[in-house]
Amino acid sequence: MFTLNINGKPNNVDEEGDMPLLWVLRDILKYTGTKYGCGKGLCGACTVHIDGLATRSCVLPISVLGQNKITTIEGLSDEGDHPVQQAWKSLNVPQCGYCQPGQMMSAAALLAENASPNDEQIEQAMSGNICRCGTYPRIKQAIHLATELSSEIKGS
Amino acid sequence: MQTINNVSRRKFLKALGISSSALVLSVNLPGLSLLPKVFAAEENPEKFIPNVYVEVNSNNIVSIIVHRSEMGQGIRTSIPMIVADELEADWQQIKVVQGLGDKKYGSQNTDGSRSIRNFYKPLREAGASARIMLEQAAAQLWKVPVGECKAIDGKIIHQKSQKSVGFGELVAIASTLPVPEPKDIVLKNKADFKFIGKSNVKLVDGQDIATGKAIYGFDVELENMVYVVIARPPVLASKVKSFDDSQAIKIKGVIKVIQLEDIKDPVGFKPLGGIAVIATNTWAAIKGREALKIEWDVSHHSSYNSSEYKAMLKESCDSPKKILRDKGDTTAALANASSILKAEYYVPELVHAPMEPPAATAHYHDGILEAWACTQTPQSAQGTVAKAVGLAPEKVFINVTLLGGGFGRKSKPDFVAEAAIISKQLALPVKVLWTREDEIQNGYYHAVSYHKLEAGFDQNSQVTSWLHKTALPPIGSTFNAKAKVINFEGSLGMIDMPYDIANIKCTAGKADAHTRIGWMRSVTNINQAFAVCSFADEIAHARKENPKQSLLTLLGSDRHINVNKEKAKYGNYGEKLKEYPIDTARLKQALNKVADMAEFTPVKENGNGMGIAVHRSFTSYVGCVVEVSKNPQGHVKIEKIWMSADCGTIVNPERVISQMEGAAVFGLSLTLFGEITAKDGVIEQSNFDSYRLVRMNEVPPIEVEILPSHEPPGGVGEPGVPPIAPAICNAIFAATGNRYRKLPLAQYNII
Repeated sequence: MFTLNINGKPNNVDEEGDMPLLWVLRDILKYTGTKYGCGKGLCGACTVHIDGLATRSCVLPISVLGQNKITTIEGLSDEGDHPVQQAWKSLNVPQCGYCQPGQMMSAAALLAENASPNDEQIEQAMSGNICRCGTYPRIKQAIHLATELSSEIKGS
Repeated sequence: MQTINNVSRRKFLKALGISSSALVLSVNLPGLSLLPKVFAAEENPEKFIPNVYVEVNSNNIVSIIVHRSEMGQGIRTSIPMIVADELEADWQQIKVVQGLGDKKYGSQNTDGSRSIRNFYKPLREAGASARIMLEQAAAQLWKVPVGECKAIDGKIIHQKSQKSVGFGELVAIASTLPVPEPKDIVLKNKADFKFIGKSNVKLVDGQDIATGKAIYGFDVELENMVYVVIARPPVLASKVKSFDDSQAIKIKGVIKVIQLEDIKDPVGFKPLGGIAVIATNTWAAIKGREALKIEWDVSHHSSYNSSEYKAMLKESCDSPKKILRDKGDTTAALANASSILKAEYYVPELVHAPMEPPAATAHYHDGILEAWACTQTPQSAQGTVAKAVGLAPEKVFINVTLLGGGFGRKSKPDFVAEAAIISKQLALPVKVLWTREDEIQNGYYHAVSYHKLEAGFDQNSQVTSWLHKTALPPIGSTFNAKAKVINFEGSLGMIDMPYDIANIKCTAGKADAHTRIGWMRSVTNINQAFAVCSFADEIAHARKENPKQSLLTLLGSDRHINVNKEKAKYGNYGEKLKEYPIDTARLKQALNKVADMAEFTPVKENGNGMGIAVHRSFTSYVGCVVEVSKNPQGHVKIEKIWMSADCGTIVNPERVISQMEGAAVFGLSLTLFGEITAKDGVIEQSNFDSYRLVRMNEVPPIEVEILPSHEPPGGVGEPGVPPIAPAICNAIFAATGNRYRKLPLAQYNII
């Protein structure tokens, strides 16, 4: 039995320790916002935060998680109004939208660490997330917008 | 074209004056309406249903039924924009409802870049007829002439008396009225459009996507559902000789292992067969599959090796089995030419790789089959499933989820049939999930192709003859194992080559298919535009002319081309040539526009090279310029992409631009990295490490402009892809003097 701290709540999980967090989230606990894309940590669709750091949940066995804080897209904000979420909506970033929870989690982790990243830093932080629809230019734009929204929130 | 029927004109006897206070409805709700529990929770207001696309509810909500699949092109936003505009609905009262698979909607096959192209007019008429009936209902209510009643923003207004009434309050009367005859449907003036042609609404699913609530095929959950992963034959059409599941069933969570029926020719949309692992979760199913020991009775497709196949295609080009277009006397013209240019191009097999692999959930119960799937084509899923489980089509209900990308893969419903068959066998709700490896190794591939082109010049460097010989396995082979020569594929960028040349010949050789050949975003336009637009650039350099100027010369005078007069059968994407001609003026306009945007010059002062291409596909015209830089080590970097798009009348410009951006990225991936290869019939790539897609750091800025047009709507999702690869290679040539004729570029180690 494992107790996972997800979005601020403890969740008891009676599964094998080698099960990746992705499948525990999706199939056992029904947090389906975190997506499967490759199962090998190659595409970033499954990105969640572990203690605030962007982490690929598809290759993360639950046995290594102790009391680490796990945040999924469902827990990124209470009202869907994290600056990244606002920026994504405002610029109509998504096309199919499937990779976007992972993209937003990577972007939010970047902004938590670096309040105003430049293009190169954005590319570096985001190059682990594939978007087949090709929303990269808008993701970049949205991250810049999110930095502005964050500083407005802090300023007000 | 569809005519509008009052499919369910219910007569409501209730008096007017129904309370309709709470009008404001978030347009972001509909994602959840995909799930059965939400269906059950729907309240049931009185409805006015003038046609299959619109329902006006007594609570003032206007439901717009989107019958096409959303896969990123924005159709769940664009269709409501069309209907709401003609209906004069307030955007805040719109609720988007995803249509089930049902032939009453007309075609739901969301491919071929035709959702707007085929439904713009019927959807406008659907909105307009509802509006006319609501105006008539108000006239009846107020006993005034209908000409004095006008729909504005969700209300009918009687200006003389300053009276107004919400749509919802007119439901009962409107439901008693006859549907207007087509001749009596008056559409709005374009100048009065409030949504069409504007970019003033947010994505309908934007909120759900941003919060992780959007439901894709992978996300459907039913009570007591089991999860299924299938070991499919690594070589197409191989059979299970024997298998040992003793280790698999020991894995915690694995419930059962079952053998599926082997596939028979033609493969079509039938499941591939193999061994299915049934489990309580996906991970257990994946582990169970890894623990299986399967011996395959390998089919003749094990002879498929990509390097030998390439050599075969090259030879096959020289033994044409079909002449696809024949104008003048190309053989004689080439013999008499004062000089000849020859070049050969190769584009490997490709796979779709949508971020969401195929997935379907099915529940066979009480003599019906319900399915929830990320399908591009719910009606063919319905037909395929009905056949697979032995039910009448009307007993099969296909719910369309959001698609995590489609690109043509999800218009093949084999995965829905798998779920249906297994649900019937187990008498349980099942979800079949394809892993990335499954998606890459058991796909419906974009055909590998070889092209040989020759151009003959006269003494003045004018092109007098054009010969294009190709060989590739046809899509038809998926549906008829005996098909070995392409058919309609010639219409996708080969026989519609628009240059003004006196002698033109296009031929196709034969090629046996060894994988399932399918269609992928822009289909054979990918390789044919690569060959044609690269060769046009080679012609320009051969005659030492600016490539843009050379293209203008090749395109010739403003005219409509009818290749059907040149021993060709041109498909024109299912459209009439009269309405959608091949128009050289529009090609030139797109070319000039993109050249202006980029300030096109083959070699810039800083040494950067620019490449240009223009291509018509899916009745739209897209020009592209790419700029590349080079470093002293000989590596090139793509600096920028410009695109001009003439897609005729535009509904949602913002989504058209996003589709062009996406097409550029799609084209970039296939140009740089796209290559599926087979060894002994087994696909060698398996995941994003071996089948690379471009990442953010590999994508340059992309600038898109839409050319304003009053022509009928053209395709949007696909036409951006074809010009990208040739524009990139033309730019690399301009920068380095090296011509790359075989994709992908990764093999040359220059990027």
